[in-house]
Amino acid sequence: MIALLRHARYVLGDNSVTGLAFSLFLLFVFAAALGPSLAPHDPLASDTAQALHPPSARHWFGTDDLGRDIFSRIIVAARLDMGIALASVVLAFAVGTLMGIAAGYFGGWCDRIVSRIVDTIMAFPLFVLAMGIVAALGNTVTNIVYATAVINLPLYARIARAEASIRRESGFVEAARLSGNGEARILLAQILPNILPIMMVQVSLTLGYAILNAAGLSFIGLGVRPPTPEWGIMVAEGASFIISGEWWVAFFPGLVLMLAVFCFNLLGDGLRDIVDPRRRT
Amino acid sequence: MGWLIFRRLATALPSLVGVVVVTFLLTRALPGDPAAYFAGPAATAQAIEEIRHRLGLDRSLPAQFIDYIGGLARGDLGTSLTTGQPVVSEILTRLPASAELTLLGLAFAVSIAIPLGIFAATRPGSWIDHLCRVIATAGVSLPTFFTGLLLVYVFYYLLGVAPAPLGRLDIYNSPPPARTGFYLIDSLLAGDLATFRASLAQLILPALTLGIFSLAPLARMTRAAMLAALSSDFIRTARASGLTQGKIVGVYALRNAVLPVITTLGMVFSFLLGANVLVEKVFAWPGIGSYAIEALIASDYAPVQGFVLTMALLYITLNLGIDILYGMLDPRVGMAA
Amino acid sequence: MSAGPLLLSVRELSVEFRTRSGTVRALERVSFDLHRGETLAVVGESGSGKSVTAFAVMGILDPAARITSGRVVFGGLDLLTENARALRDMRGREFAMIFQNPRTALNPIRRIGKQIADVLLRHANVRQSDVAARVIELLATVKIPDPARRARAYPFELSGGMCQRVMIAMALACSPALLIADEPTTGLDVTTQAVIMDLMAELARARGMATILITHDLGVAAEYADRIAVMHAGHMVEVARTEELLARPRHPYTRGLIAATPRPQARLDELYAIPGSLPDLRGDNIPACRYSPRCDQRQMDCNEALPRSMVGVDHLVACRHPL
Repeated sequence: MIALLRHARYVLGDNSVTGLAFSLFLLFVFAAALGPSLAPHDPLASDTAQALHPPSARHWFGTDDLGRDIFSRIIVAARLDMGIALASVVLAFAVGTLMGIAAGYFGGWCDRIVSRIVDTIMAFPLFVLAMGIVAALGNTVTNIVYATAVINLPLYARIARAEASIRRESGFVEAARLSGNGEARILLAQILPNILPIMMVQVSLTLGYAILNAAGLSFIGLGVRPPTPEWGIMVAEGASFIISGEWWVAFFPGLVLMLAVFCFNLLGDGLRDIVDPRRRT
Repeated sequence: MGWLIFRRLATALPSLVGVVVVTFLLTRALPGDPAAYFAGPAATAQAIEEIRHRLGLDRSLPAQFIDYIGGLARGDLGTSLTTGQPVVSEILTRLPASAELTLLGLAFAVSIAIPLGIFAATRPGSWIDHLCRVIATAGVSLPTFFTGLLLVYVFYYLLGVAPAPLGRLDIYNSPPPARTGFYLIDSLLAGDLATFRASLAQLILPALTLGIFSLAPLARMTRAAMLAALSSDFIRTARASGLTQGKIVGVYALRNAVLPVITTLGMVFSFLLGANVLVEKVFAWPGIGSYAIEALIASDYAPVQGFVLTMALLYITLNLGIDILYGMLDPRVGMAA
Repeated sequence: MSAGPLLLSVRELSVEFRTRSGTVRALERVSFDLHRGETLAVVGESGSGKSVTAFAVMGILDPAARITSGRVVFGGLDLLTENARALRDMRGREFAMIFQNPRTALNPIRRIGKQIADVLLRHANVRQSDVAARVIELLATVKIPDPARRARAYPFELSGGMCQRVMIAMALACSPALLIADEPTTGLDVTTQAVIMDLMAELARARGMATILITHDLGVAAEYADRIAVMHAGHMVEVARTEELLARPRHPYTRGLIAATPRPQARLDELYAIPGSLPDLRGDNIPACRYSPRCDQRQMDCNEALPRSMVGVDHLVACRHPL
């Protein structure tokens, strides 16, 4: 454990980019946690006299077509976007990992069923499947979470399955078996904790993708409804003003979205370098 | 060779079945009354009953599934509420627009990513290497719709070199006589250079957007695969034999590196088919992506279902093609112990 | 067998590697001679610098390597001062190399016939129409059965021994004057080892080709080499004719190696092992004699500059107190 932390310090220090990403990550978490209290203006307050004003001292990121302060909306949106991403990733992680380790450990029909489910999901272009799921279940934020969780599930299931089947015959599992532990207990108490670091790396790597996904879905009008502030829908609202030159309405939400995804991806890379440098590309 | 194709087709079959089953279930999973969804928000109670009977929604689930398969076999994907047209014909009409866009975007991505990856691998530490790594890391973070909008702002609004993002052709030009549905090809076939230039001008920005999006994973994989190939034992043998640098990099290393890149293409296609939808919205492109979006907003369900099914079938076919291509390039395939 | 004229002369060759944890002085002042038609075995433990020496002679060192001093004179030319293009022309034509793990040393997705043809087309004045026939000839020379059909095979379809024959064919395609064989039989089963070694010896004899045989197996060296050079931790510690070296080793390390080579009558639990292991070659605290920490003959002045003395006819030793 100490060795892991020391190694982590080495990687983080060695790679200033990862360190930067970590600070950015903390900033986002901060914004998400404190959201509304940080916003200088009321994100929902419209003031048509102030509509479509470029960035100024009063409105750092300018105002949209209803006169709402974009900066405040972006900060408040952080909570929603990160919340959706986190919820869907946690869901995908939980269900996917359990399915995966069961398939990898028990093999047989369990493996066949899980593999069939995973393959079926992967047979769809993932974003398209998400669209279909949201369309079928209804246009709500909850369903965005479910849809994003479903399309991220295969990744976790596959990795968990591979890792579990490698460890199936390993020493510590044999020892647990010999001391009379039941199969389920071995699965949850031995194998799961052992593969947790690898799975956590995947979590951070897919968080970025989940945010992009959720923003993409809301960009095309699924999930979040106006006037709720959310990065994707804000870009959609600002899209029509690009051709008339009011760039800030779409630019700042998009920029922040990009930075968030970027920082999660960098963090994920850094984490992966700490946990398993062999997988580096 | 033929045996290889047959085996690949066989492995695609379960995916096909799975896809059909899932799209069927998605329809039936609609909250509330599926018939009401298909009938639309403005339907009367009687119209809903008629729809329910016509769609067979009053029958048992297995029977409905048989109906569904039967419909698919006939090429019947239902009828759009908003246009009254059969979904199949609308999708087929709009497919070339999406295909032209996607293919151009992919061509752009491949023509930049692969040389970039090769140069980055053969000149480690150089500016090209750093550029490649930055693109590979940053590229996957770019939201497609954002890139598209940025490009429109810079090239249309600021620089004025690109036309307005209003679809496949501006108002001054009319579509060429339809032979393939690809405006670029059709206008060339008709000898209409003005239309060719106009369609190309409209295509550039959206294709660029899609291309930028696919650039990152391709460049990353090309660089990684080339680096791996260049450090392998057989390259050392080639160098010891005094082969020229061109032969070593271009034939020995590249042909080996291309294999994992082809595998990456599968993942790239998955992203591309999804990103297509977003790009079509930004650029008002009349393809199947915007078809689905319009239908979604109007609560017109049949086109959405048809869209999901079509995209999935396309994706399965593309993956099949990739598998077969891989099998043709790697003689070790099929030799697994 | 009397030695032919001098073919290769390596003098004071020093190579270092830049690594993250410091500079590794992999080779220090390595010197040896090779005559036409002669087989020289370079013997030593793993990590003693045998392969690095070979790569330096061939000019295929890793980019992280730096040659800090020395001359490699081949046929009158100092290879270390030649330009890259001239070297590329000579590589594969004047001198060639074969490697261990022949399966991975061949391009896995290219037919072996084409790989041999690549070398022929590059160096020999062969017409495109004649290449296929030449390839089949070469495969027959290395005793591959059914060469016409085998030329179209991929490496994964051949056994390890056959792959090594293919590599030999590739190396001999342009009749080089020097062949460097880096552990050519490691990884092959024992019967195949003997067959391959015999094949190489026969081909070298027939073509008057000089061979540098790199091996960790003193037994193999004893059987096939005219002269043996012993390496330890980047130093060449002893060079002599085979019978002379085996009968009268003058360096403590050589004596240790001979003692450690199992003989048929020896009991497995009585095998002698040289104590200690190769020193860490990073940093500046490396003693002048890199063997001294392990040496049972070590004396106070062994830390001072390492001399190289001629202790007999054609018998070189790097030791302050040779046996």
